[in-house]
Amino acid sequence: MRPEVLNRGYGPATKLLFGLIRLVSRHPVPDAAKLVFYRPDFYGTRAKEFTHEAMRGPSAWSVGDRELMAAYVSKVNQSAFCVGAHTATARQAYQDEPKVAAVLADLESAPVEDGLRATLRMLGQLTREGKVGADDMRRVLSAGVSRQQVQDALAVCAAFNVTGRLAEAFGFEVLSPEGFEAGAKYLLKRGYR
Amino acid sequence: MPNDDKKRAAYRALQDRILNGEGRASPERRARAFGNAGLSPPLDGLLGKVVTRPTQVTDADFAAARAAGFSDDELFELVICAAVGQSSRQYDAGLAALADAVADERDG
Repeated sequence: MRPEVLNRGYGPATKLLFGLIRLVSRHPVPDAAKLVFYRPDFYGTRAKEFTHEAMRGPSAWSVGDRELMAAYVSKVNQSAFCVGAHTATARQAYQDEPKVAAVLADLESAPVEDGLRATLRMLGQLTREGKVGADDMRRVLSAGVSRQQVQDALAVCAAFNVTGRLAEAFGFEVLSPEGFEAGAKYLLKRGYR
Repeated sequence: MPNDDKKRAAYRALQDRILNGEGRASPERRARAFGNAGLSPPLDGLLGKVVTRPTQVTDADFAAARAAGFSDDELFELVICAAVGQSSRQYDAGLAALADAVADERDG
């Protein structure tokens, strides 16, 4: 990662924890996990709280739907680390690899419900262009998505518009497929806190 | 508290901390990074990329900011402020569009 302090600026207790994670998972500690341990009072503690609430808090969207939104937003942001992490997590959550692959390859022809498709389309536009209008929102609502679900989806989008930018700016190392699978398993078991 | 209020409250807590809490970079500079406005070179190069094209950030962008006297800890904070700032503008734009759509529905 860069700057260098994100590689080396951890105290003895945190270094010990990273060692334990490596030992138990048999994979390097993902940079996304390291980042939230660096001066956690500045960013990590509250970022984890928000991300957990968005991804695992109460919502009419399933965990799989929200992980798919995270993967889709990350794809628009071209964040290889986040696409890998959340594609793997969405796949495991849905137990449906072809569905996740289809959405990321071509949203319009993918076998998903109209409400989810309309929501992903809107999140993609917001992420790409930084703006979205009332007409765009009306199209999502008329596809059967509730106002609360739109708000929940916007929270997921906000979390990954932060994380995707940090992944690229700080240069998160892309994991092996096995590393992403192990990370996904952890995120489904423990969440983001 | 409805679900969404809890999500937004958690977001606001993050935003408030990085802008107004203790930091190595001054609150004024963190606010400028968050707003992506009023930054001078070479910081505007690094942080502008974080906002609009983060995949193009390079080691050289960090090196230039370091050479201008910014510490790793200041850059850590300012990059986070820039990323959260852009995300906040998008989040607010989405919520505003939703509020407009719902208001029209009620009026019509």
